[in-house]
Amino acid sequence: MSTELPEPPSKIELKAGVGGGGEIPTFNITLRVRRYLPETTAEAYWEDFKLTMYGTDRVLDALHKVKWDHDGSLSFRRSCAHGICGSDAMRINGRNRLACKTLLKDLDTSKPITVEAIKGLPLEKDLIVDMEPFFQSYREIMPFLISKGHEPTKERYQSVEDRERFDDTTKCILCAACTSSCPVFWTDGQYFGPAAIVNAHRFIFDSRDDAGDMRLEILNDKEGVWRCRTTFNCTEACPRGIQVTKAIAEVKQAILSRTV
Amino acid sequence: MSVTIPAPRSQRIDPKYKRGPKSRSSFEMLAWLFMRLSGVALIVLIFGHLISNLIVGDGINAISFGFVAGKWADPIWQFWDLAMLWLAMLHGTNGVRTIINDYAEKHSTRAWLKGILYVATIFIVVLGTLVIFTFDPCVAGSTLPQC
Repeated sequence: MSTELPEPPSKIELKAGVGGGGEIPTFNITLRVRRYLPETTAEAYWEDFKLTMYGTDRVLDALHKVKWDHDGSLSFRRSCAHGICGSDAMRINGRNRLACKTLLKDLDTSKPITVEAIKGLPLEKDLIVDMEPFFQSYREIMPFLISKGHEPTKERYQSVEDRERFDDTTKCILCAACTSSCPVFWTDGQYFGPAAIVNAHRFIFDSRDDAGDMRLEILNDKEGVWRCRTTFNCTEACPRGIQVTKAIAEVKQAILSRTV
Repeated sequence: MSVTIPAPRSQRIDPKYKRGPKSRSSFEMLAWLFMRLSGVALIVLIFGHLISNLIVGDGINAISFGFVAGKWADPIWQFWDLAMLWLAMLHGTNGVRTIINDYAEKHSTRAWLKGILYVATIFIVVLGTLVIFTFDPCVAGSTLPQC
């Protein structure tokens, strides 16, 4: 038995030439990518790609076009391609951005668009860096709930106000855009970095967590929050709009009020 | 057929990332706090210094050896200048110390630069303190009335 389903009402017939994909303007861009191929060359170098892109395209689409149509050896990380996984943080025109959230039309397309790997982490190939130092700092601040006493049989209650306290820092996607934009981190990579402090903040100010003191002690280190010079590079770089420098300042205040 | 793959050039296979030993002290916190408190104190001290020297009375025309001698005869101004010297020197030294920490990459470079900085600071602070407390206006051939 089969019944003919009626056409869904949302379907709209589009006349050719009115709306539709053909209407999107195209423009030519020069994508200047910092290449590093450890198999063949010892030094990194710039390579230009001339591309015709659409007005709806992002930097990630341009990188896809290079990899799929021009040079398959170009290497970069990307997973979801929609600003959630945090894989494709890179330096676009000198600023740390997610390639999947940066529209080409928002950049100056008359000049070459530069794309480099994020700074301060060991370069592995092209736009791929070793994220291990970044995640090591992240692990050191114990980014998980630690509670004393018996486990409740029901959910752990939290008021709306208590949840609101650390709402901003729950948004982190660990893309490393903030940490790799920090000049203090660039020097020797010893500084914990904004991302680790943001994720510590998320638990320090969580009313359900009992290990806030331990995390404050860890961040009171000589490589901890006191190395922050409030240059606001991290706040500017964060693709999730987290007030990173403010979060670091709040952790500083928490350490101060705990000891003084 | 076997193909020999050359060894990778990147030399970054399984690197170890080690943070320096953990510091138990709160020195960095105290240094951070000192920067802010001394900064506020210095605003008051320096503006008080400028107003008393350059604006009050005859202003800048009154400044001479005798003017300074008169000021240092007063214990309040002695304390004022002593506080200004110590706070300004320690504030500045701590600022340069953080700059060295931020910009020098090697441990030995840092140690050398900071060593020079501390020696210079101690020299100036000790010399300045000595001058404030042992200042004698009656040098040979002085025409000051109190001599």
